[in-house]
Amino acid sequence: MLHNIDVTSSNMAAPVNSVGKTSGDRFQVNCTSFQKKTRSKLISIPGTRPSVQNGQLLVSTGVTSLDYLLGGGLAVGTVLLIEEDRFDSYSRMILKYFLAEGVVCRHELFVATAQDNPDEILQELPAPILDDVAVPKPVDQPRPTGEPQDSLDAMTIAWRYQNLPKVQSALASSSRFGHYYDVSKTMEAEIRQAAKCHRFYLPDHITPSSAAHSARVESYSALLKSLQEVIHREGFDLATPMSKSRNILRVGLHSLGSALWGDDMCCHDKPRHGHALTTFLYGLRALLRSSLSVAVVTLPSHLIQDRALMGNITRLCDNAIALESFKGSERETNPLYKDYHGLLFVRQVPHLNCLARQLPDHKDLAFKLKRKQFTIESPGLRSGSTKNKLRQL
Amino acid sequence: MFTELNSILNTSPDSFTRGEFILVSDRQSDASFLIHHFLSFYLRARCKVCFLGLAQSFCHYSAVSQRLGVSLTQAMEKGQLVFFEGLKECLSVLLPKENNVESEAMNFLRDPPVGLRSLYEFVCSSVIGSGSMEEEGAEQWGPSVLLVDDLSVLLSLGVDVGAVLDFSHYCRALVCSQMQGNMVMLVRCNGEEDDDDDGDEGSEVLLKGLTHQCNLNLHVQGLPTGYCKDIHGQMEVCWKRRQGDAPHMQKNLFQYKVHDKGASFFSRGTSSAVL
Repeated sequence: MLHNIDVTSSNMAAPVNSVGKTSGDRFQVNCTSFQKKTRSKLISIPGTRPSVQNGQLLVSTGVTSLDYLLGGGLAVGTVLLIEEDRFDSYSRMILKYFLAEGVVCRHELFVATAQDNPDEILQELPAPILDDVAVPKPVDQPRPTGEPQDSLDAMTIAWRYQNLPKVQSALASSSRFGHYYDVSKTMEAEIRQAAKCHRFYLPDHITPSSAAHSARVESYSALLKSLQEVIHREGFDLATPMSKSRNILRVGLHSLGSALWGDDMCCHDKPRHGHALTTFLYGLRALLRSSLSVAVVTLPSHLIQDRALMGNITRLCDNAIALESFKGSERETNPLYKDYHGLLFVRQVPHLNCLARQLPDHKDLAFKLKRKQFTIESPGLRSGSTKNKLRQL
Repeated sequence: MFTELNSILNTSPDSFTRGEFILVSDRQSDASFLIHHFLSFYLRARCKVCFLGLAQSFCHYSAVSQRLGVSLTQAMEKGQLVFFEGLKECLSVLLPKENNVESEAMNFLRDPPVGLRSLYEFVCSSVIGSGSMEEEGAEQWGPSVLLVDDLSVLLSLGVDVGAVLDFSHYCRALVCSQMQGNMVMLVRCNGEEDDDDDGDEGSEVLLKGLTHQCNLNLHVQGLPTGYCKDIHGQMEVCWKRRQGDAPHMQKNLFQYKVHDKGASFFSRGTSSAVL
């Protein structure tokens, strides 16, 4: 089990970095999430692991194939932007995976919505598939190894491990990075309620009459303020001393930019508040870089007419993907895509604390939501059909 | 500092042209690796650097600079580097608290029409600053350099294109003409060059205006033939010199690949992945 939070370029990458960071001559700047913590006790946060490439602290998005695309996971202190598919089905699903992963890893959640109540999203979280049994099984008496295998439980290859006691608790597997979920079932209430969740439901904060006449979009400022309060109050700020155990705050922002947030970006070609969302994203980046949090933002990009604005928004987020589902389009019946539910585009990968980005191998990716897995792969290169494809060339 | 880029541009930390405005621009790509090059270049050249880091946090620049062999914290302690961290300052304006003093330089966040005057005054004070005072044991630094990463963030935050052009003009008059120092700015564009889309008019106008003002333009783009994992893009180097009476423009095209500790540049088609 790893014990340091080595959130910056680690020792393996830059051998000189420890020289400048001794407590004696360290310049007193406000730390960001990527500052190596030299003075503190080295503790590990469950559900995180350092990146292999540059030592940044990563959390899982809840979807293992998406973690792989993003270079191992979502770096703490960054934002993942998901451009919603037309009916907001799969982007909402990924948001739910993200929050469910937070529950399983015992992270804290912050959910902000303008449309549905945050509790509705929380009640729809998929149930985690835990390979350990919830009910404790009695330890069997040791079986002689030569006995014929008549029970299904007996191991035939790893017989040396037959007599080890079975693990009892359901959530002990939270030490693993990335879990699998069964989308046909919802998470049980007691697992969900064990996680601390902060909610921001826009109608509770803004009265409609005041928002309509203001020159600025007040909802984003209220959201930013609420997020800062939670970060400060619950101790996710990097500036607070490391006396108690640290945790990660997972921020899920649903459908930002839609008209329900008071933004007219999706309604007009030349929006009046064209810069409200970009200013918010800038403030969000500032908040996240200085705290132990990670955010997933979904955005109905198909409603935005201004492509340049979309480019600005993408640049202000660190990771960005776009989903396009086949539902209702002519691609649904296209034989090439019959095994998939939609296309996934990687719009941006981050390069934080290093010069080079980890670019994906393939840019044409498709996804499929199966009951127990959300797979993302390149449609032409599935392992079984590679040989056939090569023969056709 | 990328040694190959130094040989392309025919400069070195010991000898470089003064009074230059270098524009780094990109189109649907990311040219910020060049900003890191120039930052480490001018720090090694013992210049007094004012860096407006608007896009990323200080730790990001510090980590990358360490890989390139310069330490930003040491430079700040010695007084060689003045670092303006946009992300940190913006929170004091976006989320004002009663006892916190609002950052003056970012007051355009509160009210975009007010323009970038306060930001310019910040640049003024750091570039001119203690130049005339002789402190005890203070080291003498070389010419002042202003680096901005990047101007397009200002556009995203609601500042008018005219205000950004004015700001760059004022900075150029101060840094390049008056102080005989250098200035490097990064501008990012989104759309295709031939698109008549008036959505991105702002950054196109800004790019055109700055390209006209600059002495050296490094324009980074993706490969015209599509995405390639081994070659990250192409860079066009455009010098504007005056030879005699006539202005003379010289262009060169290179392809590049960004590594962990630098970037390599090569002529078209000579990438190691191809040969």
